[in-house]
This record gives sequence, C-alpha cells and structure tokens, in this order.
Amino acid sequence: MIRVVLPQHLRTLAGVDGEVALAVDGPVTQKSILDALEARYPMLRGTIRDHATLRRRPLVRFFACEEDVTHDTPDAPLPEAIASGAEPFYVIGAIAGG
Amino acid sequence: MTGVRVLVGTKKGAFILTADGKRASWDVSGPHFAGWEIYHMKGSPADPNRIYASQTSSWFGQIIQRSNDGGKTWEQPGTPSGQMEIDPISGMPKGESNKFAYDTAAKPLTTHQWYDGTQHPWEFARVWHLEPSLHDPDLVYAGVEDAALFRTTDGGRSWHELPGLRGHESGPRWQPGAGGMCLHTILLDPKDPQRIFIAISAAGAFRTEDGGETWQPINRGLRSQYIPDPDAEVGHCVHRIAMHPSRPNVLYMQKHWDVMRSDDGGSSWREVSGNLPSDFGFPIDVHAHEPETIYVVPIKSDSEHYPPEGKLRVYRSRTGGEEWEPLTKGLPQKDCYVNVLRDAMAVDSLDPCGIYFGTTGGQVYGSADGGDSWTPIVRDLPSVLSVEVQTLP
Repeated sequence: MIRVVLPQHLRTLAGVDGEVALAVDGPVTQKSILDALEARYPMLRGTIRDHATLRRRPLVRFFACEEDVTHDTPDAPLPEAIASGAEPFYVIGAIAGG
Repeated sequence: MTGVRVLVGTKKGAFILTADGKRASWDVSGPHFAGWEIYHMKGSPADPNRIYASQTSSWFGQIIQRSNDGGKTWEQPGTPSGQMEIDPISGMPKGESNKFAYDTAAKPLTTHQWYDGTQHPWEFARVWHLEPSLHDPDLVYAGVEDAALFRTTDGGRSWHELPGLRGHESGPRWQPGAGGMCLHTILLDPKDPQRIFIAISAAGAFRTEDGGETWQPINRGLRSQYIPDPDAEVGHCVHRIAMHPSRPNVLYMQKHWDVMRSDDGGSSWREVSGNLPSDFGFPIDVHAHEPETIYVVPIKSDSEHYPPEGKLRVYRSRTGGEEWEPLTKGLPQKDCYVNVLRDAMAVDSLDPCGIYFGTTGGQVYGSADGGDSWTPIVRDLPSVLSVEVQTLP
C-alpha cells in the first residue's frame, strides 16, 4: 500500500486521522497516487489539482524521500521506497502568508 | 419562540450567533471550517435549516459546504466527509460540488481586460456570494471570481454557469477591481422569478429578465472618475446593491464612490449621497419594514479604508437617500480604524428591525432597534468577510 500524508485541512475534509493508505495500480507516480486518492476521497477533488485541468494548485507541493518532487512530471516514477510503502508521499501546503 | 441566527464568515472560519427575539443574549458557535476563509454563508428562505457556505483557500481552492440542520453539521453536497469510494450502485457523481468550470461551449468568450489593459483569460478563484432561491432549497446561485454566475439545481452537488452574462458583448471590457474581478451581488426579484440583478467589481450592474439567458448592463447615471469614459456602459466599480422585497424596482447602490438610487429597476440611477461625510463605502442595506430607510457605513476613501475621523458610524436615511443621520450609540467614536466589507451587513425581519454588521477588526455589532443603539455581539473574531441573518419562526 502507498502511504500518503495530507496537510491538516485536507485530512479534516476527508475525515481521516493520520496517514492515508492507498492501493495504486501500475507505476507509482504523482498522477497515479493522486488519481487513487481522489477516487477514494472524492471530496478532495479540486483541492490538490485543478478540477478541470488536473494541474497542481500553485501553493501545493509534493515531497518524496526528503526530496521536493513538485516540479517533476506527474508521470515520472517515484522512488521504490514510496512504491513499497517504506516511505510516505507528502502533500504539503506551501509556506506562505496568511 | 422567534429568534435570529446570524451567519458570520471570517478569514479563519465561520461563526453562528443565535439569540431569541429579544436579541439581548447570544450563543456563539464556531469556528466552523477552522482556518479557512468563509467568503459567504446564506440560509434558504424556503427552508431555514438549509444553509450554504463558500469555504475557500489560496492553497486548496473552493469548497462548497451545506448544512441541513441549521448549521449544526455540514457536508460537501453529495460527498459527505468520511464517505469513501464512488457508489457503484447509485452512480452518483462525487466530488463535483467544488467544480466551477466556465462554460466555453455556449459562446467561446475566454478573455477579459487585465490591470494593464491587455486581454486575460477567465480564471476561477472563489465563490464570493451564494444566493439561495426564494422558493426552492436546492436551487442556489453563486457569484464567483473571475466574474461569472453559476447555478445549482441539485442542492449544490453540481454547478453550471449561466454563460449569457459572461458572454455579453461587453465582457472583453470588464476589468478587475483591487479585490479581484468578483461577482458579489445577486438580487432575486420576489415578484418575477425571471428577473435577477447582479453586480461585478469593476464591470458594473446587470439585469436579466429571462432567468439568466440574456443580460443587459444597467449603469446609466453612474459616473466614475479615472475611467476613460466616466459615463461608460461598463467599467464601474459597484460595491453593493440592495432592494426591499416589496419594491423590486427600487434599487440602492453603494458604488466605489457615490451612493446611488434607481426607481426603474436599474435602468437609470441618480446620486443620493446627500450629507454623508464620505460617500465611499462597501455595504448598503434596507430596513425590513420601511422601504425608504437605508443604511451605509461611510469609509474615508479608496486609499484609506477606515471610518472618517476614527469614528465608526452607520448612517441611516429615512428618505431613501439624500438626508442622512449618523448612528453612533454603542459604536466606538474614537481610534477606530476598521473596515466593513460589502457583504458584511444584514437585517432581520423582526419588529423592531434588527441590523447587524461585521468589521475587519473581528467585531460583530447588532442593533435590535433599527440602528438607534448598537451592542457588540462578539469582539474578537478573525476579520469578518460576510454577515447574513436568518429570522427564525
């Protein structure tokens, strides 16, 4: 299972505590993780990526194995440690004012 | 026993203030949706337990929330929290309640005027205002930034644009105000369900008489400094419009500068700023039982968004404008430098009429005597974005 850590506001929306565990079919990528996340928690559609274009919202970032993978292509394979569930995939709200 | 429920949207969550008909003792619940901007909440006139909320975030976008029990519990319409997986039996689409996609099929209008005068694509930012139908709890209009009008007919599960507004031939000349290009006012004519008034900063006011299919600008008589043609058909920064339900042809407007009045459903306007200390401001509202009694909160200027002289004064006109009196009892009369935003004033329909407004300093003031005296209901909320009130049976 893939482990995903969501920011607090999205955990509240999804009604979950702590990490989310997801089964992902095929290669483990940003896109496949987010597809699986939104299928299981449809209330999160539009909160991480734009509803229509599926482009990442500007103030959302992705981390994997202590690396910022935000600007990698959505279809790029993520590290084996993410695919195996040894490490979680982090969805993070960017540090910004307000 | 009759009572009131005041719905307060703030920059960091929603609060619900309730009181009985005396409006002397208040119960405060919240924050709901803690940490999110709540641009607007409004109850259905047809079912007071049905409330809609616009929950937004620069990080995570737009969420629509709905309550069916007067604000005690909330859900994203069609996708309650904790309910996982798309239901394969019902096939009910989920996660659609947050989707505000511009209609590009009806008319391929894709740009408006940007701050620098160039054309700019329409980009959805947030829902500024939710206006439930007067008769159907599942029908709601949403005014959004970048300016467009959306509608749901299924209780908020899905939203569809009424593209005739954005498709008006003046669309490419609309431009954002300092706060963005927002559709912030939606007035439903109680006598004619096909007639709706809306207002956009900074495009102006528009009216439809066919339920939203076609629209016409209604800005004749408005004059705005600093735009190339001060009498232009569009381009005016209308801040708010108000109507008394018994007289839908009489509209009151707080423009960027100037308080205006129309007696012909917006076809023409005249200035009624009269003796106001400043005719800049944001909200305007009408007394529930006196259609000629209106309220504004004068603000010093467009570059100094606080009350003149540090005195927070609501001004009341009992003559439909021109002649105004300051209402100060219970309001701070020195060192007050808060603002009152366009959607942050509302009236109840009890007798005497109650008036409420919220400030950017986090105070919500209420008056249970038509504005003669005021009391802070709460003093230390986050900055208030919107105030609505429901009068409960």
